[in-house]
Amino acid sequence: MIQSQTVKTERHFQRFTRLERIMHILMIISFMSLALTGMTLKFSYTGWAVILSHVFGGFQFAGYIHRAAAVVMFGIFVLHLYDVVFTKRREYGSWKALLLGPNTMLPQKKDLQDFKDSMRWFLGRGPRPQYGRWTYWEKFDYFAVFWGIFVIGSTGLTLWFPEFFTNFIPGWMLNVATIIHSDEALLATGFIFTVHFFNTHLRPEKFPMDLVVFTGRMPVHELKLDKPAEFEKLKADGTLKDYLVEPYPPVVIRAIRVFAWAALATGFMAVIWIIYAMIFAYR
Amino acid sequence: MNNTPLQDRKNLNAVWVTLLVITFSLSIAVPTVMAQDNENCYMCHEDRELTKTVNGKKRSMFIDNRILSGSAHGEFDCIICHSDIDPEDLPHAEDLEPVDCGTCHGEIQEKHSVSLHGKAITRGDRLAPRCTSCHGTHNVVPADHPKSPVRASNIPFLCGSCHSEGSKVQTQRKIAQDHIVENYSQSIHGEGLLKKGLTVTATCVSCHTAHEILPHTDRNSSIARRNIATTCAKCHSQIESVHLQVIKGELWEKQPHLLPACVDCHQPHKIRSVFYDQGMADAQCLECHQRPNLRAEDGRSMHVNYQELGHSKHVSVSCSQCHSGVNISHTRPCDQITKAVDCSACHPEAADKHAESIHGVKLAANDPDAPSCLDCHGTHSILGQKNPNSRTFPTRVPMLCGECHRAGEKGAVRIANNDDIVGHYIESIHGKGLLQSGLVVTAQCTDCHTAHEVQKSTDPRSSVHQDNVAGTCGTCHHGVEEQFAQSIHSPFVSDTDKELPTCNDCHSAHTISRADQSGFKLEIMQQCGRCHEDITETYFDTYHGKVSQLGYTGTAKCYDCHGAHDILPPSNPKSRLSHQNVVETCRTCHPSANRQFAGYLSHATHHDPDKYPWLFWTFWGMTGLLIVTFLVGGTHTILWLPRALRWRKELHRLEKEAEEDVEDIAWSDMVAPSPPSLRKQNELADNPPDPDPTDEQKESDES
Repeated sequence: MIQSQTVKTERHFQRFTRLERIMHILMIISFMSLALTGMTLKFSYTGWAVILSHVFGGFQFAGYIHRAAAVVMFGIFVLHLYDVVFTKRREYGSWKALLLGPNTMLPQKKDLQDFKDSMRWFLGRGPRPQYGRWTYWEKFDYFAVFWGIFVIGSTGLTLWFPEFFTNFIPGWMLNVATIIHSDEALLATGFIFTVHFFNTHLRPEKFPMDLVVFTGRMPVHELKLDKPAEFEKLKADGTLKDYLVEPYPPVVIRAIRVFAWAALATGFMAVIWIIYAMIFAYR
Repeated sequence: MNNTPLQDRKNLNAVWVTLLVITFSLSIAVPTVMAQDNENCYMCHEDRELTKTVNGKKRSMFIDNRILSGSAHGEFDCIICHSDIDPEDLPHAEDLEPVDCGTCHGEIQEKHSVSLHGKAITRGDRLAPRCTSCHGTHNVVPADHPKSPVRASNIPFLCGSCHSEGSKVQTQRKIAQDHIVENYSQSIHGEGLLKKGLTVTATCVSCHTAHEILPHTDRNSSIARRNIATTCAKCHSQIESVHLQVIKGELWEKQPHLLPACVDCHQPHKIRSVFYDQGMADAQCLECHQRPNLRAEDGRSMHVNYQELGHSKHVSVSCSQCHSGVNISHTRPCDQITKAVDCSACHPEAADKHAESIHGVKLAANDPDAPSCLDCHGTHSILGQKNPNSRTFPTRVPMLCGECHRAGEKGAVRIANNDDIVGHYIESIHGKGLLQSGLVVTAQCTDCHTAHEVQKSTDPRSSVHQDNVAGTCGTCHHGVEEQFAQSIHSPFVSDTDKELPTCNDCHSAHTISRADQSGFKLEIMQQCGRCHEDITETYFDTYHGKVSQLGYTGTAKCYDCHGAHDILPPSNPKSRLSHQNVVETCRTCHPSANRQFAGYLSHATHHDPDKYPWLFWTFWGMTGLLIVTFLVGGTHTILWLPRALRWRKELHRLEKEAEEDVEDIAWSDMVAPSPPSLRKQNELADNPPDPDPTDEQKESDES
């Protein structure tokens, strides 16, 4: 006998908007595609690169995937900038409120303080800092993407249209662009698949993964414990209720979990391949 | 008798002639007078007891005045021949120089010295005939003198003294023919001379010449294939008109290579007027040899399948031309055959080549594995090379050579690590062309290795020796050879001590594959890399190389930029990579390439700060950035990890408290959006939600 029943459930705090979540999913897909297809070339001297390249349907098709994913990522970048403007208008009213308020992505004095306190906490010489909406490592990741898009994007574009760009730069700059493109991509890939993965998924209190970036919501008590400063602020000004939503049904969570696991596994695989290539097959 | 003025003139002439003859005779008589000087010689040499010891043997030094004076040289002074005697200083020294007939008979002496006999003398062959061997010494008489050993009717006996069965020459020297004198005496020439006394009939010297005897393999020999017709025609002039149907007139003498030579039908020394009737006809041989059960003493079948022979290349050659030891005077003409068939009698050039080849050398050394003519060409069933059923027809050659050189066979064991040469060949482009596409012009074994001049590739004479390979391949790939000869890799262009590549260094020998297929395209870079090590390594560091390394041919490979057979240094204006041509070369793949685009470093490395400082410092700048970032990120994580583990434990306690704290804000009654899963139901059944968590919380707080 199946019947609807009333249970007492904890409502969730909405941390990410729908657009942000979609952008992150697209970011994962495009970033993974770029990383894997690019790696086949960078580590072409390894056996796995040869196999992977064939899995992608050959170097030419891998190239198409790489460039298509790059276009998607550029799109996300532009969309995000548009979203920032839109959010400012809708929620903050002024750039000052957006950029200097408590929800800002820009590094603040508090971030430096949080960093110092974190070091003390890590070493057992102080309590866990009262992190706000965006921790300093989250801000670092955010601007790392800005930097990455600029550096990898510009060199990638040069390599995409070398005949055009050599009208302005000498040919050997293509070689320089290749090195920058490839090493910066290695940095991004390595960083995302190790440090970022740890900071958000693998750190013990979130292990094995934190789904908030996909669901957009987290239990309110978790917010209180993880981002106490934000919780207190929302509670104090009474706006917390505005962000409360019902949690997703389990089937949605399960689907999200499958996707997240796949992304996580792909990332780890890439890290293993890179380590293998750098240590055992480097030439 | 009325003499006409003409008759008077004739009479007058007769008088003059008579006078001249008398005067001439007197002048000849002078040496007779002079010959009195010989008296001095006879003072000693008249003595019948006069002897001299040569090599421990006593030799008479007596000279019979009657014989000498009756000889052709009877009127000459001794010292004309014995020129090292000083008549003023007698007696002369014990040992005189041998008489040099060439002083007077220079032209003859010269011919003799280049002849077989003359060369044997030069070699120091004791059996070789000197002038005196045939002409005698003091008893030399004119050739038409009945006693002359070189008179026509005596010649067969003179020559036969050396060239007859059992003589030292016949047994100890390599003489191709046998029973020479015997056969000659029964031939039409021999019968003419010896039975009918026709001194104009052909004797030994008529065909072989007297002094200029050469082997038939020598182009200048009177019995060489190209000259034999001329030699026979000295007597048998106009013979070609008799043979008109066969030889189309004078073609016989002008183009002897197109036609059978006289000796092909009329065997030397056995010539009969009607060869096939009276000579050693095949029918006679077949009387015995067509019996299927005919066996030799050692059990070998001696049966000859005449059907087979009839279809063979040698259909017009009689048995006895190859089995040359027959003697038609015997009831069993073949009973004295001791020698195996010698193909060189008719095929001297091929035989000579074979004898010098590695096969021939091993054969001569009695190597049981070495092939003789028969091993490749067969025996009675031999077919022409153009006959598709021939063992030597192009499509069958790989199998023929493979009989020995296939993996595991006797020839392969000793060559090239038992490599499967034939197997590889069959898979190669040439093998496929020959055996799958049936192109008989495709290169097979003998096209590269030659048929009869096979040598090891290390032998400079070998057609596949390093220095000769380009020429060998060029017989078919001539255009490529021409290009290659102009390239930097050609020994004509590059004067270097380094080993230059030749065709097989890139294309291999037996595993040659199509150059337009990806396997070859990718392998070739390894081949270039064997010598151009650094430049290949750095190529693989750039985009083109990386794609190639992944196994794709879509990007530029060595030859796309440098060319294949026509490679030139970029400093050469004709090079594809010269300043004039490089942009055009880039444009073959990058249609809108410009001058600066061509400045791309396709062999760049970031490991060379002197050559590529920009790349070097960019690389290390990026590497520094990586190291710093990972160090900071990594340290942060490693410090965090132990603390986070403790925090996780603490959270278990804090969670309850936090949930409670937010209860009034976040908890609400709601309709479950969907029925809880079975597992959830079980959980709920086992642990019903605590009706009053506050009490418990207080307790834990107190503890």
